[in-house]
Amino acid sequence: MKILVPIKRVPDPATTIRVLPDGSGIATDNIKWVINPFDEIALEEALRIKERQGAGDVVLVSIGQQSWQEQLRTGLAMGADRAILVKAEQPVDTFAVARILAKIVADEKPELVIIGKQAIDDDSNQVGQILAELLGWPQATFASKIEIADGRCTVIREADGGLETVAFTLPAVITTDLRLNEPRYASLPGIMKARKKPLKEIAVDTLGLDLHPRVKIKAMKAPQKRQAGRKLSSVQELVQALHTEAKVI
Amino acid sequence: MTDFIRDLDFYQLDDWLSSEEKMTRDAVRRFVQREALPSIERHFANETFPLELVPEMARLGIFGANLKGYGCAGMNNIAYGLIMQELEACDSGLRSFASVQSALAMYAIYSSGTEEQKKRYLPEMAKGKLLGCFGLTEPDHGSDPGGMETRARKDGSHWVLNGTKRWITNGSIADLAIVWARVDEGITGFIVEKGTPGFSAADIHGKFSMRASITSELVLDEVRLGESHHLANARGLRAPLSCLTQARYGIAWGAVGAARTCFQCALEYAKSRKQFSRRLAGYQLVQRKLVDMLTEITKAQLICFRLGQLKDAGTMRPEQVSLAKRNNVNAALEIARMARDMLGANGIVNEYPVIRHMLNLETVNTYEGTYDVQTLILGRDITGESAFD
Repeated sequence: MKILVPIKRVPDPATTIRVLPDGSGIATDNIKWVINPFDEIALEEALRIKERQGAGDVVLVSIGQQSWQEQLRTGLAMGADRAILVKAEQPVDTFAVARILAKIVADEKPELVIIGKQAIDDDSNQVGQILAELLGWPQATFASKIEIADGRCTVIREADGGLETVAFTLPAVITTDLRLNEPRYASLPGIMKARKKPLKEIAVDTLGLDLHPRVKIKAMKAPQKRQAGRKLSSVQELVQALHTEAKVI
Repeated sequence: MTDFIRDLDFYQLDDWLSSEEKMTRDAVRRFVQREALPSIERHFANETFPLELVPEMARLGIFGANLKGYGCAGMNNIAYGLIMQELEACDSGLRSFASVQSALAMYAIYSSGTEEQKKRYLPEMAKGKLLGCFGLTEPDHGSDPGGMETRARKDGSHWVLNGTKRWITNGSIADLAIVWARVDEGITGFIVEKGTPGFSAADIHGKFSMRASITSELVLDEVRLGESHHLANARGLRAPLSCLTQARYGIAWGAVGAARTCFQCALEYAKSRKQFSRRLAGYQLVQRKLVDMLTEITKAQLICFRLGQLKDAGTMRPEQVSLAKRNNVNAALEIARMARDMLGANGIVNEYPVIRHMLNLETVNTYEGTYDVQTLILGRDITGESAFD
């Protein structure tokens, strides 16, 4: 089965993020970049499906600058078969990403797209849903378990009130939640092999898509620093503070 | 235990690393954080080596990672160094295990073994199915291996070995030992498999250092070996010493990992602990210590990187490795002691990794050529005068 796994390059979650003084974005010097952790879970799941089925083709796709191929190589080192880099100098918003992916799906004809439920940089949580809509495919979001048999897919998804089981026919789009799996790390021989795996580059403007941004970032601010707590001497004082200061009771 | 394993890259050395080298480092770091770190304090407390990690280390391709062919990953020496650095950021014992398997046991067979021996042992050692140790040091001959008393004599088509080796990392858990012995022509090496009659290993207990690593004594009592177990291409002390050069190279990198963990721990502690009117990090005395640590780590990183380039180019001299081992381990030990001091009473408990690293580094400073022996090697190199005897 051919599985398409879109991956996004994001700052390492352990990195301290600094907002630029002019509020136009974050400082990107000295940032360590990684595959979006939810996308990494998507890749791990695709690799497991391939391993269970004994055959298949796991194709990575990413949309960004030349340097993004570093994350694609990491994905290839984990075990993906080949990768596509859609080169875009300017950042693209979620709708544009979904449109580009829909075009890649039309060309590659995968039976399944697995993608992280959101990227940990902007936390939009939109691409998978928009993509499914553009393709007219079934979608299962926040997957915590995926089973595939005879062209049918059963997904247990993490909904607000508990777990929901959905079943549908392929092709489909699945977005991954945190508890789906624990991604493997690349082995050293895998890293050596990744060097020889195909990585195709496509210039975004050759796709003939309308990608004008629907979303504009007007300003970016660091969250307010948390104030230190203070010790109160009695329950009365606490109730008083909750009432007059916090205004919650 | 809190995880203090993270980057420290003040001089942006990452810009010099290839994406493969970075991927290698990140993969090993992840392995360490996920698999090794959670149980390392327990192993240190119990004086046990985490043998359960061996299959995953093998799957990652850590053993003999910089050797070519025979099932080895064939990475370059910078990548190999980064592997050692990440392992030792967890524990010197974990790095020692990988060093002994790769740079000593596998390298001895790789450099001095016959084609048949290489094919027989190396792929299984890369898979972690066969573990190796390296018997050079003896109870009475540490810095002076040339004075070894272990002897091998010819008996028909066989060799017969007698002697004792001491301070042997992995000794009792190893499936095979590379044993160096005196023969009439000088010194040569043998592959002694576990279970060979007359060969036994007993662990050394009571260590205050390297407790998550096995250290043993090997006894050879009329051990009979065929020529198939003789490293026939190993002639003279040069053969084991060339293995030590490989191991020292990994140690120079590894020490940076241990130092980095101690620094990160001390930094975080200083930023969070308040005494008198402010956080520790706000005191000049503390800042001075942190800056000294940062400077020494950055210098050690630069030495490692350049040394790796020389090793990859094939122009690295053993004396250059001595300088790196001497400087980096000594700096790491000083940093660990300083970090221990900065943590106050918290510096003596295993809630923080600092005292474990500090104790381990005492061993690292000593083994594979002590600080003083490296000094004599370098002294001889620059003056032309040997001060060994």
